[in-house]
Amino acid sequence: MNSLLSLLSLEPVRLLLYLVGICAFVGFNAAYLVLAERKIAGRMQRRPGPNEAGLGGWMQPFADVGKLFAKQIMIPPGVDVLLYCLAPLMVMAPPLICLVAVPFGDTLVARDLNLGLLLVFSLGSVNVMALLFAGWASRNKYSIISAARVVSQNVAYEIPMLLVVLTILMTTGTMNLNEIVRQQAGWFWHWNVFRGVWTLANPLMPVTFVIFFICMLAETNRAPFDMAEAESELVAGAFTEYGGMGFGVFFMAEYTNIVVGCSLAAVLFLGGWQSPIGVLSGPVWGPLWFLAKLYALIFTVMWVRWTFPRTQFYGLLNLSWKILIPISLFTLLLSGALLTLTHLR
Amino acid sequence: MSIKTAAQDVFGGFYSLLVGMRVTLTQFFKPIITVQYPHATLQLPARFRGHIELILDPETGLPRCTACKLCERACPSQSIVVEGAKREGAKTKSVTDYRLNFTTCSLCGSCVEACNFDALQFSKAYNVVSYDRNQFAKMDLVAQAAEKGRQMMAARPAPAAPTPAEPAPKAAQP
Repeated sequence: MNSLLSLLSLEPVRLLLYLVGICAFVGFNAAYLVLAERKIAGRMQRRPGPNEAGLGGWMQPFADVGKLFAKQIMIPPGVDVLLYCLAPLMVMAPPLICLVAVPFGDTLVARDLNLGLLLVFSLGSVNVMALLFAGWASRNKYSIISAARVVSQNVAYEIPMLLVVLTILMTTGTMNLNEIVRQQAGWFWHWNVFRGVWTLANPLMPVTFVIFFICMLAETNRAPFDMAEAESELVAGAFTEYGGMGFGVFFMAEYTNIVVGCSLAAVLFLGGWQSPIGVLSGPVWGPLWFLAKLYALIFTVMWVRWTFPRTQFYGLLNLSWKILIPISLFTLLLSGALLTLTHLR
Repeated sequence: MSIKTAAQDVFGGFYSLLVGMRVTLTQFFKPIITVQYPHATLQLPARFRGHIELILDPETGLPRCTACKLCERACPSQSIVVEGAKREGAKTKSVTDYRLNFTTCSLCGSCVEACNFDALQFSKAYNVVSYDRNQFAKMDLVAQAAEKGRQMMAARPAPAAPTPAEPAPKAAQP
């Protein structure tokens, strides 16, 4: 047993486990989230969703992936070949790397990084550049419009998101994601989203959580902020010229980004792998609690998508610049002031 | 915009979002209402008009049609050709060939109205397909009716076996 543990802590073994584990998780997760999305969309519209392939449609992801793999990979004439081929890689790699720092459980974290939060946010921004590359390289007017939209949208929503994260950072005092989770031990009112309210560190913490969630939706280009894809106006936006698995990779990256965003929301606000009822924690229950929170948030993301229509682009930018940024600035100042006051006392 | 209206905008807008999300969530937990077509079909309304078909006599399983050709005459687009012959021992003629040209039929229903013997009706067939044009240009209603009659007779329970007491008077007759 001891030798097994020491083997697990070996650096190459750990790296291999991370690579295999994360790649398997991301692949299956993306495939089945697509099915879940279609099922949830169906249920919300009072229809069953895909239900022909396998019992209740559980084979549908295999059919989808098989179809995507069977398609020819075609590089359209006139595209910028290097960027065109680079974009799917660049859109897929950052969320995979982000999952290094995400704590699935107390010890179930690929690398307990001190600056995990910083890593996630710095890599999260690469997504924008990948979509810009894809749009620019495709030599397609829809793609280029989509690329321009993505950039202005993500720049606009990065600001309130970072302000909200700063607010969290001021109360936690650490960028280590696992440490942030450890601070939220105990019942659910110890979670950051509620703790600020009764310790008076930041009474507006639920508001910051909502802002974080909205920004996360916008950063991952999900409806109602899916300006990048806007299929009714821009064909498929930046992905128009991609076919087969090239397109599939963008899809997988979108779902992986959702996973990263939702796990960040769970870690920062909802106590990560901490049990909401004080008991039932430990190396087995921890990851289960984390996954429960993660998938509840992902369900909410899908729920939002199938409830609201796509916003107009101006409305989207107005929401960020006129509402979210002022409110998040206010909560930042409020939280700073309250923390200073409590420290002075 | 004053601060008050701005705040009302933000809170009212956020509240309206929650209302919308409540609507979709309640729909999420309700049963599905779509009909899964190849597995289940809707019941067609009583007045649905498919191509015409011959009504069978429930006793014999044969068409009621007497080949009087009223429908042939009533048809405004000459889509119907009826031939009949007198079967041996029968009092009236019966239909031997009933050809409907469904490609020119406008489903006006004049033939059904004209029929004096209650021998024609609209079928409920709506998914009729074929690779062969003649399946519709020369629709053989007699063959369809015969097939239906066979099924009808096959589905009917066999006549009860004669009781042992019955043969006795028959034997005494001659």
